[in-house]
Amino acid sequence: MTFKFKNVFLNNTATVVGPYESKGPLGKYFDKSYNNLYANQKTYEQGEAKMLEDSIDILYKKANINSADVFLSGDLLNQLISSNLAALNVKIPFLGLYNACATSMEGLIIASTLIDSGKVKNAICSVSSNNCTAEKQFRYPNEYGGSKPKVTTFTATGAASAYLSKTPSQIRVESGTIGTVVDLGITDVYNMGAVMAPAAAHTLNQHLKDLKRDVNYYDLIVTGDLGIYGKQILKDYAKEEFNIELSKYNDCGIMLYDLKEQEVYAGGSGPACCPLTTYSVILDRMKRGELKRVLVMSTGALHSPTLVNQKLSIPAICHAISLEVEK
Amino acid sequence: MDKEKYQKIVDKNIPKENVKINATKAFLVGGFMGIIGQLLLDLYTTWLDIPTKDASTYMIITLIFIGSLFTALGFFDKWVSWANCGLIVPITGFAHAMTSAALEYKKEGFVLGIGANIFKLTGSVILYGVVSAYFFGLIRVLLFGG
Repeated sequence: MTFKFKNVFLNNTATVVGPYESKGPLGKYFDKSYNNLYANQKTYEQGEAKMLEDSIDILYKKANINSADVFLSGDLLNQLISSNLAALNVKIPFLGLYNACATSMEGLIIASTLIDSGKVKNAICSVSSNNCTAEKQFRYPNEYGGSKPKVTTFTATGAASAYLSKTPSQIRVESGTIGTVVDLGITDVYNMGAVMAPAAAHTLNQHLKDLKRDVNYYDLIVTGDLGIYGKQILKDYAKEEFNIELSKYNDCGIMLYDLKEQEVYAGGSGPACCPLTTYSVILDRMKRGELKRVLVMSTGALHSPTLVNQKLSIPAICHAISLEVEK
Repeated sequence: MDKEKYQKIVDKNIPKENVKINATKAFLVGGFMGIIGQLLLDLYTTWLDIPTKDASTYMIITLIFIGSLFTALGFFDKWVSWANCGLIVPITGFAHAMTSAALEYKKEGFVLGIGANIFKLTGSVILYGVVSAYFFGLIRVLLFGG
């Protein structure tokens, strides 16, 4: 399912990150950073919500607004803790979203559809994640030191918000593809790259087919958080299954960190990983004219520890948004 | 594409874990833990004149205390992820898993936080430890008369 949008623009974005991300190669692009994972709050969960609220505050200042028609937000935590707390603060009509790490582009697709249909004039789309809240909920206590395999990805800490409206600006939201859920039988909870790669390939194939485009139409295609091994798996799988040769392609999880210097295993992950990279370095390169057309594919492992304990494999989803520099 | 074919693509692209190095580290560190345990046992029996049976309990308590303290001080997780099973299999691993869960949930209160979650990881060790102790005890009584 692919939509083309006539008049939707990504006017402004705001990013807030934790210590690891600010020390990474994209550190200089972020609007605000904290030197601790608590974001100076009492608990990790409240810290994640604080980062999300900060990103909206910064977005308000940058876009020179004090409200919006609708607020769409999601995170990884049960009951969408961070998004709910942020929504309580902003007091804008709120839709909570969950598609794990694919939530960012899911939000952009819904917001763009609402704006394009004329139902709303503008929207704020946010996501957040925090390394410690995610570890606590999905894996082991943070102080537990059990070793992790090399394929593990590292949940990014941060929040990213975007302001979309009909008002023209440099970046246009050109089209979006809603992905389908794919499960190729992976049960390894550490190997999320392998879980999500087929979903990314299916969404990419659908997007290109729906719009009758060649993969080289885009100056850059990025996936959300496949990591270094997932990236290779996607390349091989896309070639074999759909005969798509990915060349101008990278992964946000790889771009967010310095994989040699930082202990992040195969790269970054989490709902914030994809928009933190997209709203920083990728938009910057687009605004400077280096990239004209970019396809952002946020990949999400719809992982539930309960279902994995019940011996089921992990399903995954991927949503794509095409961004273009306005002529 | 079927699941088996996809698994082949995955296997081709993921790195192998270094089993030899990991096993060697675990063997050496685990052995070193054994030496520390034996030294403590000798210390308690020879110097403090405690009977061997009681001294082994004191030795275990000491190791649990050290494992918990080092976890609370925040550096034991790094040791554990380096030494892997060398520190997880001995009693220090139990202490580490228990204390890390307690630390994680302390902000959710003494009862519903620490109380309900402290044995989150180690609950199965306790359960199956007790169950197997019962059966081995039974076997011992039946075969050797206690």
